Amino acid sequence: MEALEKREELIVIKSNLKKQQRQLFIRRFFANKLAVVGLAIIIFLILLSILGPLVISHDPYGMKVDDRLGAPSSIHLLGTDEFGRDLLSRIIYGAQVSMGVGFAVAAIASIVGMAVGLYASYYRVLDNVLMRICDGIMAFPAILLAIALMAALGASTNNVILSLSIVYIPYIARVVRSAALVVREETYIEAMKAQGASSWRIIWLHIAPNTLSPLIVQATFIFANAIIVEAALSFLGAGVPAPDPSWGNILYDGKKVIFTAWWMVVYPGICIVLSVLGFNLFGDGLRDLLDPHTNQAKK
Amino acid sequence: MKAFILKRVLALLPILFIVSIVVFLVIHLTPGDPATVMLGDTATEEQVKALREQLGLNNPIHEQYVHWISGVFQGDFGYSYFMKQPVMDTIISHLGPTVSLAILAEIMAILIGIPLGIIAATRRGSATDQSLMGVALLGISVPSFLLGLFLVLVFAVQLRWLPVGGYEPLSEGLLLHLKYLIMPAIALGSMQIALTARMTRSSLLEVLNTNFIKAARSKGVKERHVIYRHALRNAFLPILTVLGQTFGVLITGAAVVETIFNIPGIGQLIINSVGRRDYSVIQGVVLFVTFTYVFINLVIDLLYGVIDPRVRLDQK
Repeated sequence: MEALEKREELIVIKSNLKKQQRQLFIRRFFANKLAVVGLAIIIFLILLSILGPLVISHDPYGMKVDDRLGAPSSIHLLGTDEFGRDLLSRIIYGAQVSMGVGFAVAAIASIVGMAVGLYASYYRVLDNVLMRICDGIMAFPAILLAIALMAALGASTNNVILSLSIVYIPYIARVVRSAALVVREETYIEAMKAQGASSWRIIWLHIAPNTLSPLIVQATFIFANAIIVEAALSFLGAGVPAPDPSWGNILYDGKKVIFTAWWMVVYPGICIVLSVLGFNLFGDGLRDLLDPHTNQAKK
Repeated sequence: MKAFILKRVLALLPILFIVSIVVFLVIHLTPGDPATVMLGDTATEEQVKALREQLGLNNPIHEQYVHWISGVFQGDFGYSYFMKQPVMDTIISHLGPTVSLAILAEIMAILIGIPLGIIAATRRGSATDQSLMGVALLGISVPSFLLGLFLVLVFAVQLRWLPVGGYEPLSEGLLLHLKYLIMPAIALGSMQIALTARMTRSSLLEVLNTNFIKAARSKGVKERHVIYRHALRNAFLPILTVLGQTFGVLITGAAVVETIFNIPGIGQLIINSVGRRDYSVIQGVVLFVTFTYVFINLVIDLLYGVIDPRVRLDQK
């Protein structure tokens, strides 16, 4: 009975400790002003892409011949494009596409990359094969591989997500693998093995959670890169196909009319810079918090 | 040193193998028959059949791969039915502008990025340092194609100082050459300048914290000597890595920038090839650029050994 009480006490202390740790973590994050700015930008863009379509009154696909290439005005706040479509609504719908692609790529690359990294770290035989494949994929310059895959698969939003996920899986796998290799050598993993826990249980319940912090940091940067590469692909005409708006293909249209309609280049451009800056600031802040080594090196 | 070189070269073989497999598979991923796609819509059935035979498309896939890769080893990257010439010739004729552009951008990264990094590191924490690093962060966040468009908007459309696009080879005179290349090079190089500056700063700061620098300072060595003679040399490895990696990025980044400025380089070639579904050129360019990229990284790796003996001795 006494032992049980003690145990309960211990659990309470432990959960308090966790709570304190979390509070400390949050406090330290908010002490980093740049990271907070980054987070604010990200939240703003997410809200814009979710709530924006409910607020705007113009149809992003609605063409009006009379309004072609109209300068920013009180009716069309950011002007219109070469088909007379309202630029503001296209940028807001574009936010949905760009952020959606970024999120999907980061999520898919994280899940698949995590599995690859974990199994590579756990089974020596797999390690050589999987890591050589990763090296091979990483040997390609990212945009080039994405262009080649898009050329093969055909231009569509889903194929952009698929191509970019393939490109970025190795970047997650590498990070997860090196974190997992350290955890693998810990005594508690050895103890689990001695108790007869299944490999699945050890890998997913005991090793995986310890690889999360480097994974999250890496995923943030992949999110930013996916937004850039998607925009670049769409800008080159090999990404999100028209008439769907994405920041990249608004720029593609904008490039053709750069002499008459500066707004078609400037506004989507600002959105891209803002989102990438947001994720970079946020990612830098997270890395400083989660990875003490780079923190020291940087300061 | 010989063993070191050999080891590094051998380590590349599996990577190149995987690269070639991926490039080979890309063309087989395409929906439809490659022969039909290569010849275009106007081809007759006999032509398609003949090409299928010639390409060995009726053979099992591993034989096709062996056939293709042995051609690649002999410098045969295939034949472009659209350009009506071997892919290798097409690549070589587009290489000049891309290399010019990448080298110019790399020179800017070295001449601007490294000094800025040194300035920031030696004035660490000051307003100069913070504003330089702020600008560098912005530089990393602005993709090259976007900066290119902004530059066009300001310097070509508004101020009309520079041409909107186009290209003049070096043989037409250096000044004319630069006039056309300066905007693309800035667009392409800005991210490299920023990355180089950041890496120089953090790497130099790390070295400045070590004991041998403290020893040098306490001996009364001039600060200038401490920085340039002792610290910079030891801080150079990570800087070199960034420069090497970015050179590969420059070559591919050039692809995007070239289309903005209408420069007839490798990048424009691949984008046009995607447009006209000329798969043999796409395959050839991707393979060629990736091999170049891997090769440059190998050279950088080997340079480590030259600059820092510890790297090459560790390998034993």
